[in-house]
Amino acid sequence: MFIKQLSVFVENREGRLKDVLEVIKNNGVNIISLSLADTNEFGMLRLLVNKPETAYEALKRNGFSSRLTDVMAVKLSHKVGMLQELLETICDEHINIEYMYALATGKDDASIVFKTSDLVLAEKVLRGKGVEIVKPEEIGLDFE
Amino acid sequence: MGYTRRDLDIWSECVARALTMAGVSREDIIQVAYGYGLFTGGLGAHGGAEKLGATVVPMSTGNTKKLTTMMVDFGVTAIACTPSYLLHIAETLEENGEVDKIKLKTAVCGAEPWTENMRRQIEDRLHIHAHDIYGLSEIMGPGVACDCECHTGLHVYDDHFLPEIISPETLEPVADGETGELVFTTITKEGLPLLRYRTRDLTSITHEVCGCGRTLPRISRFKGRSDDMLIIRGVNVFPSQIEAALLEMGETTPHYRMIVDRVNNLDTLEVQVEVGEKFFSDEIRELEKLSTKIGHVIQQAIGLAVKVKLVEPKSIERSMGKAVHVIDNRKLV
Repeated sequence: MFIKQLSVFVENREGRLKDVLEVIKNNGVNIISLSLADTNEFGMLRLLVNKPETAYEALKRNGFSSRLTDVMAVKLSHKVGMLQELLETICDEHINIEYMYALATGKDDASIVFKTSDLVLAEKVLRGKGVEIVKPEEIGLDFE
Repeated sequence: MGYTRRDLDIWSECVARALTMAGVSREDIIQVAYGYGLFTGGLGAHGGAEKLGATVVPMSTGNTKKLTTMMVDFGVTAIACTPSYLLHIAETLEENGEVDKIKLKTAVCGAEPWTENMRRQIEDRLHIHAHDIYGLSEIMGPGVACDCECHTGLHVYDDHFLPEIISPETLEPVADGETGELVFTTITKEGLPLLRYRTRDLTSITHEVCGCGRTLPRISRFKGRSDDMLIIRGVNVFPSQIEAALLEMGETTPHYRMIVDRVNNLDTLEVQVEVGEKFFSDEIRELEKLSTKIGHVIQQAIGLAVKVKLVEPKSIERSMGKAVHVIDNRKLV
């Protein structure tokens, strides 16, 4: 039940982020969520979009380095300590989290997206604990 | 440059020999993708190909898409251009999924120094044989020397141009096998005869018989020019060393740019390297690892610490002529 995330290499230069988003817009792709990490030299744009394959091909045609990566999204209710407990479960299995960002926040719950060193194992242990794993179609990913 | 009628005939003859050495014959269709303006590359290759009796497509530079379309449509079997432009052509063919549609079998590349690794990469990507052709306008133009199928040096047509290697410092001749500056004396040239003309090109020479059976003297692949050598913090650096290191590492595209600057009286060297799609990771620490590794490999090659900057693919300008690898912003006051 993984979600295809689109990662794009963006140089730290004026207008580059706009250029990436322009390609995505011109190909009729909608952005569901994103996170932008920046370093001294470059930025890493991670996106959840409704049509990841379409966006990936379009970016490739336009000369951007990008790739599709499996990530997992889980729903957590608005209660103190939910995220900490989730991480405890993951850490107990010695799974490392590569990165994490918020997907969406509702009235009763919030969702987070993350990539781990072992997604299959992470999914198994979280399911075992009854954590709700978000399906791609629930957040608006189309079948391509 | 001034040529007499006979000079032009000899020029065509030398280029025709070079093309023959590269396996091109009158049966071939050759695309000349050097500039045709005030540059001996285009005109020289054109004349030689006509002398050989091959069909010439006088492409020149300027429109790569048209070039690849004609390459496919005409069933072009040989091309003459700079190696950096050929890499760009390969990229364009790959992007358009046309590599399997071309009939190209040979490339004769010159006008700038390139490495053995780059030659092999061109061969692998386009499934062709690539040859190194050398020349300089002052002596004639392309066709002064070319490498054969053994790729163990470039055969110099010493019935027309007498090569010698000298030390750029002492100006004395050096022994066979030793690196120095290539010097030419023209034997048959009428329009502009030259005696011991200093080329600034750095190479070595051998008079041993080649594996192909030719007895012409051979000069080794060029190590650069005595004047494109950069002195950074007192260390002699050739751009070709960086290219060789990157290609050897094999985790980047062969496109790079060196930015030299001087900050607080200290020379700095930044090497910009493109992150090709193949080497892109969505994890920042993987990219940082790659950047560190590139820095380490370059430092090993040139003995200087460099700052590596990863840039987007195709952001380093592609050249249709001689590639610009160095931007030197140092202002010496």
